[in-house]
Amino acid sequence: MNNSLLELRGISQIYSGGTKQFTAVQDVNLTLSEGEYVALLGPSGCGKSTLLRIMIGLQQPSQGYVIYRGERLRSVNPQAAIVFQTFGLFPWLTVLENVDVALKAHGVAAKDRTPRALDLLDRVGLDGFETAYPRELSGGMRQKVGFARAMAVEPVLLCLDEPFSALDVLSAEALRGELLELWTSGNIPTQAILMVTHNIEEAVFMADRIVVMDKEPGRVVADMQVVLPHPRQRKSPEFLAIVDRAYALLAGQTQPESLEMGTAPGEPGRTRGLPNIAINDLAGLMEYLAESPNNREDLYRLAEDLKVDSDHLLRLTETAELVGFATISQGDISLTPLGETFAEASILARKEIFATRIRRLPFVRWLLALLRAAERQRLQRDVLKTALELEFPPDEAERQLETIANWGRYAELLAYDDDDDIFYLEQPGAQY
Amino acid sequence: MPNRIKLFKIGQPSRPPISWGDAIVLAGLSILIYAGVRLAIGAPKVIQGPEISLSPSALPLYTGLSLGRMLAAYLLSLIFTLFYGRAAAYNRRAEQVLMPLLDVLQSVPILSFLPVVLLSLSAILPESTAAELASIILIFTSQAWNLTYSWYQALTTIPKELREASTIFKFNSWLRFKTLELPFAAINLIWNSVMSWAGGWFFLMAAEIFTVGQRDFRLPGLGAYLQAAADKGDLRALAWGIGTLILIVIALDQLVWRPLLAWSDRFKLAMVDSDTSPTSWFYDVLRGARLLDWLGRTVFLPLNERLDARLMRLFPANFEPSEDERRRSLGSYLLYGLVALGLVYGIYRLFQAFFALPLDQWRMVGLGLLATWVRVMLALVIAMAWTIPLGVAIGTNHRLAIFLQPLVQITASVPATALFPAFLLFLIHLPAGLNLAAVLLMLMGTQWYLLFNVIAGATAIPQDLRYTTTMLQLNGWQRWRTLILPALFPYIVTGAITASGGAWNASIVAEHVIFNGRTYNVTGIGSVIAQATASGNYELLLAGTLSMVFGVVLLNRLIWRRLYELAEDQYRLE
Repeated sequence: MNNSLLELRGISQIYSGGTKQFTAVQDVNLTLSEGEYVALLGPSGCGKSTLLRIMIGLQQPSQGYVIYRGERLRSVNPQAAIVFQTFGLFPWLTVLENVDVALKAHGVAAKDRTPRALDLLDRVGLDGFETAYPRELSGGMRQKVGFARAMAVEPVLLCLDEPFSALDVLSAEALRGELLELWTSGNIPTQAILMVTHNIEEAVFMADRIVVMDKEPGRVVADMQVVLPHPRQRKSPEFLAIVDRAYALLAGQTQPESLEMGTAPGEPGRTRGLPNIAINDLAGLMEYLAESPNNREDLYRLAEDLKVDSDHLLRLTETAELVGFATISQGDISLTPLGETFAEASILARKEIFATRIRRLPFVRWLLALLRAAERQRLQRDVLKTALELEFPPDEAERQLETIANWGRYAELLAYDDDDDIFYLEQPGAQY
Repeated sequence: MPNRIKLFKIGQPSRPPISWGDAIVLAGLSILIYAGVRLAIGAPKVIQGPEISLSPSALPLYTGLSLGRMLAAYLLSLIFTLFYGRAAAYNRRAEQVLMPLLDVLQSVPILSFLPVVLLSLSAILPESTAAELASIILIFTSQAWNLTYSWYQALTTIPKELREASTIFKFNSWLRFKTLELPFAAINLIWNSVMSWAGGWFFLMAAEIFTVGQRDFRLPGLGAYLQAAADKGDLRALAWGIGTLILIVIALDQLVWRPLLAWSDRFKLAMVDSDTSPTSWFYDVLRGARLLDWLGRTVFLPLNERLDARLMRLFPANFEPSEDERRRSLGSYLLYGLVALGLVYGIYRLFQAFFALPLDQWRMVGLGLLATWVRVMLALVIAMAWTIPLGVAIGTNHRLAIFLQPLVQITASVPATALFPAFLLFLIHLPAGLNLAAVLLMLMGTQWYLLFNVIAGATAIPQDLRYTTTMLQLNGWQRWRTLILPALFPYIVTGAITASGGAWNASIVAEHVIFNGRTYNVTGIGSVIAQATASGNYELLLAGTLSMVFGVVLLNRLIWRRLYELAEDQYRLE
């Protein structure tokens, strides 16, 4: 290829946890061309940050390789820089020193460093803040220091790891505009930008191309071009159409029940993990949908109205699908009659509906069966964790147990004794 | 964010109290002590102590000598810390050996090594050099572990993004050390240095006044001065000595540690300004000094630049991704084999020595261990009885705190071992005087840890919970049972762990003393060790030292660690 900057060939990242191996990233092939602004979009846990670290050489993939400007990358890419989600600034250095130290490590002579650092800070609008410490600055200004530092090494490839997600709404918006201005003006030596994000709207607003990833295992599921001129209008129909399409891709389609539920741990087939969601949030979503016209809503609009980020929203809708309260089709979510009943039910009735629904999940059925078979109907948490670690990576197994304890407690199906780390069956009618 | 409630303790698999690593470490340590005892057989039978002048004009020299020992040991500790902690943090295989080793070393009563170290060194070196070296080694062993642990902990908890930033911006190992690792660890290192120095004084005093039988291992210094003063009943000299010691400790605090702490406030990782930053008048004075400012600009800055440039050229940034685990070579197998063989042989010899010890002497060791344990527990109970009420009072009452806090701090800063000769002077003639003095010394060495922890715990009780108990009209005992004691529990356990360590150490000095030419003994493991040293009974010395080490490590693992885990798990207010 003539102007390809970076290529990923057959990249996989596999972690071995205990007895089983887990695939964080599966067989990714991707090409970044010069002049491109690419967004890597996906839910949390899809391996997009891992992929970014592999691309830049901070991490070696288990399989496959990275090619940068025609040569295989074997160590950290010297022509790349990162802007981090939580800034990655040295809190004990002033704004100026933070930029200065990057120049120093780059081998710039002492007398040239200060003017260059000042110039960079001036360009991102931090003139006058040189002697401030990062903790004295707002989140947006700290990220500007992050950008200035990244620019200091004149990177050909600029990697952004969720650069706006730790900022408040207004400064994130301002910074996005300023970055786009720098990028489109061509005043920087950067040839390509790679941005990792879980925010669908942000990806559509900034990037020329969106690479959509999904989890379990982390893989690329779509590659969409965004051909809209900058500055983009968020409310324009073209813009919303692309956002809608991205939601449709990420939320997927509600599958037939057997597929949707997966299989129980230990059985052949894919075990469906429980989305890590608090029941209160689910109830809130149901109530909101029940008041929408036709009990139906566009997912992207929902994210806007509920002020939740797309990642959290997608986990909520996944839960709703799983328990049969809603169906998703082409980026729209609609309430099922059951979901409607749930939304209108009393507190106790809700618990009952939820209990009957999750009893059907293979994962829950498996757990209840185990508990029923156990002596005195109780099981050590560690035993369950070991069993789950055959299906999930260790920290995911931990999260699954936490979620099932929450759900089970809410549904009054099972109980958990935190003092002794024991799960046990809730006895019907038992009093405490 | 959904489900932020932490339901489970994360990543804390229930560990067996003694692991394989511990067993190997303990075996290695035992063999080392055994070797020391073997060496000690050649030690001279009579060792002449130095002449100690009681004139106050000798004090500056003695103070200087004591300070010099402390400084030497501290520098040694720092160097050790930087290398050991780094090896443990960055090399996974080294970590598996180094961390259990550190854990055992941390919980071993260090003073129990004093006789072995002194005797073995005096067998191969001139007496005065041996005593100097032994004191420095001893102080080193009291200062190094917590420093090393905090450095290791800092290195392993550096935020991922900062570490990645230093890689992606191509910091070499020097720049990484200077701009990332050292600043990140600074606050912890300085706090631990303060603790190390406090501990160091305790051990230095003990090493300076150590006398058994015909062997007088004293070193010219503040500790020996105090001992000589008490011996002669010279109250004036005693007052001079204690006064000087307090002065030195306070001066170090005001002129070194406080300024350092105030300065290191900039290394806080927190991204919010807090209003409780440490302050120091001396630091403010220094900061205002024009001369220092000028020196900084004209000398320090260019020097720093030159140094950086030199070191960056010397150690170019290494772009290779880390953790490239090499296959084990033949050489390392051979090394493991040799180490294993050495361990087996050492243990064989050790058991031989054990079997040579008559049964009644073993009974003495067991009885001694029990007696000392009873004393330690007694000291702990007494300490808790008064520190908990007072600590809660200080921690919850601001006005009382302003008045009492500095007073408590000064009293606590005097090393208990330095006061021991003074106790003896007053207590030795009472019935059960030495017993009383021994418990008192343990108490002096332990109560402050407890008090400071209780104060910290009481201050940390949230105001909301206090209001709630008032609202629920919980009074008196109910209030203590539902709020104060559970909230204090983790702090009491932490304090008690440190305190019991101090108490075991104190037993070596306290259970066998020579005062005014007469020898006094009480039943206890400390006196067993001391008597064995005095009489040259090396099997008994070995058995006593090892029993104490094993006993304390077992107690730590079986009781204290469990209590600590319980406390962390159930009672920590987040």
